[in-house]
Amino acid sequence: MVSREARFLATDNIPALLRRLGNTYRVFAPVKVSDTIVLFQEFAESAGLALDEQTTLPPKELLFPQTEGLVSYRYRKDAEDLEKSEVQVEETLEAPPTIIFGVRPCDARGLTVFDAVFTDGQWRDPYYKARREATTIVTVLCTQPESTCFCTSVGGSPTGIEGSDIILTIVTGGYVAEPVTEKGETLLQDEAFTPAGDKAGEAGEAREKVSVERELELDGIAEQLLDIFGTDFWEQVTAKCISCAACTYVCPTCFCFTITDDTTGIEGSRIRTWDSCMFYLYTLEASGHNPRPTKTERYRNRIGHKFSYHPTSYEGMFGCSGCGRCIKVCPASLDIRQVLREAKAHG
Amino acid sequence: MDNSGNPFLPDIGTVGKVIHEAPNIKSLQVVLNDQHRMQSFRFEPGQVAQLSIFGVGEATFVINSPPTRMEYLQFSIMRAGEVTERLHQLKEADPVGVRGPLGNWFPYEEMKGKDIYFIGGGIGMAPLRTLLLFMLDNREDYGNITLLYGARSPQDLCYKEELKDWEGRDDMELILTVDREFPDWDRRVGLVPNVLKELAPSPEGKVAVTCGPPIMIRFTLQALDGLGFKDDQVITTLERRMKCGIGLCGRCNIGTKYVCTDGPVFSLAQLKELPPEL
Ligand SMILES: Cc1cc2nc3c(=O)[nH]c(=O)nc-3n(C[C@H](O)[C@H](O)[C@H](O)COP(=O)(O)OP(=O)(O)OC[C@H]3O[C@@H](n4cnc5c(N)ncnc54)[C@H](O)[C@@H]3O)c2cc1C
Ligand code: FES
Repeated sequence: MVSREARFLATDNIPALLRRLGNTYRVFAPVKVSDTIVLFQEFAESAGLALDEQTTLPPKELLFPQTEGLVSYRYRKDAEDLEKSEVQVEETLEAPPTIIFGVRPCDARGLTVFDAVFTDGQWRDPYYKARREATTIVTVLCTQPESTCFCTSVGGSPTGIEGSDIILTIVTGGYVAEPVTEKGETLLQDEAFTPAGDKAGEAGEAREKVSVERELELDGIAEQLLDIFGTDFWEQVTAKCISCAACTYVCPTCFCFTITDDTTGIEGSRIRTWDSCMFYLYTLEASGHNPRPTKTERYRNRIGHKFSYHPTSYEGMFGCSGCGRCIKVCPASLDIRQVLREAKAHG
Repeated sequence: MDNSGNPFLPDIGTVGKVIHEAPNIKSLQVVLNDQHRMQSFRFEPGQVAQLSIFGVGEATFVINSPPTRMEYLQFSIMRAGEVTERLHQLKEADPVGVRGPLGNWFPYEEMKGKDIYFIGGGIGMAPLRTLLLFMLDNREDYGNITLLYGARSPQDLCYKEELKDWEGRDDMELILTVDREFPDWDRRVGLVPNVLKELAPSPEGKVAVTCGPPIMIRFTLQALDGLGFKDDQVITTLERRMKCGIGLCGRCNIGTKYVCTDGPVFSLAQLKELPPEL
């Protein structure tokens, strides 16, 4: 990030900017759809933006749709021999140029967990990769963290830039915009961005002022979770869990999926759908055996994956960005921070 | 499968011969339609592929023909659910999706110079078949080769033609067993782990490779331990529900390891390092 490239974006100029960008890109921004729900929606001027609240769902579905076609297939009978059939299979990959405006640092950082697994690993996911490359993430730094926020405990920051292409810092009358990547730099060429002048200094000060208390000490958690793997700790913490999987649904770093075929007549598509490690069917084998038969093993795996297996495999990176949504949505009031605290203290 | 293309896009293959191995097991010999793909298809013994029926789904099977015999790829399929049921309905010339090779393989390099003791049960004979044929095709690299293979009944034994061949060879030993007495059965009777205990092979210079139903594996591992086999002398394969087969969908992990990419082949020593979640 080079601060001398900072620009100013007046709040009044945002609608015009997004409208212009809409000519070339799909543009998504947070919209308040009810008193309690804010969602990323395709930008429409009438809707009004909700840039000062955490969205109810992270923007992950724009890069990793809840349901997407992987390949399409079509059967054809052989005209010569009706007993014989052929099948044609084609990749169905769509990655239109996209801008997601108004992302939070925790959610942008959540994408780096996807990047590690889907684009930088042994196997690449061409669907996610293409979409990630075609998407520009415009992040608004946090000014008012919520009580459920714990990004600093998992290595993030309310002013973090990881996963973003541009960061916006709120200042009087608008935002100071700074590029993080080439993609971001390109976008800043739009006429809506003017020289930042003194505003750059104001932005710097604003960033200094924001803080999220680092309430968890997670050093050694990866080893500790393995140490308590076989204890009754997991039964205790999951006593009130109802296996609803809401936590995985709202999570900016959860990426588990399933693959199924969806057919009508002689054609159809092989689709990928979000799945959840909290479901019994997720690991059920055809023999009837299930290595994670109850919520206890499943929750243990979820926490283990995020705070032990993932950081062990990916240079310390937790599979959690501390957004706190799972705490907000849990119908049984399970608080992942409390679980981690107790896990550290156990035994 | 290399990493340059789309790992979710299956190749289309055509079913050649269909072999009725046992009442609930059929083998399909598959050739990829794209000649170039077939010729450049490289895999190692123990690797798997996802077979698919478009409209039904995918399921995981070991490629049980060896890489030394590339006229076709053979898969043996035990009927277990939706996809396997439909694979059983396939006949010669039908199309089938093939996504692979996936997963790791038997450490055949490290096994060179050792005596190899195969212990198979039921459909678990499929991965052993690949490695056994591969070793027979590279016979001079290995010491004595023994196969102990068991099934519930004589008709449940797969690869009946090959069993005759292996029986006749003087460079390997074949021991067959079924769970209980049957008319005209003059071989051994008894569960695989018990027969293993009776045979009591010395662990000296040996590697044991065992695949089969979970219960058989459990008692076989105990028996091998009792005979003095060390954890790094025992190799087995794991099964887990799989979808992507490439370490992305998340479901097949045991701790940090994914059965689909770090497995399915593990030594007992490696298994003991994983969290106990089998
Ligand atoms: C590494 C490895 C190697 C293997 N090698 C072999 C081999 O060589 N030979 C062999 O015979 N087997 C082998 N297996 C086992 C084989 O993969 C399974 O038996 C097979 O996947 C069963 O598939 P199925 O579709 O018939 O079963 P099903 O359990 O019926 O699954 C069918 C599909 O339907 C869906 N489904 C099932 N139940 C439900 C439900 N209640 N609700 C919603 N959806 C559902 C799932 O998406 C599933 O994919 C191997 C397995 C592994 C992991
Ligand atoms: S099958 Fe998807 S991660 Fe292993």
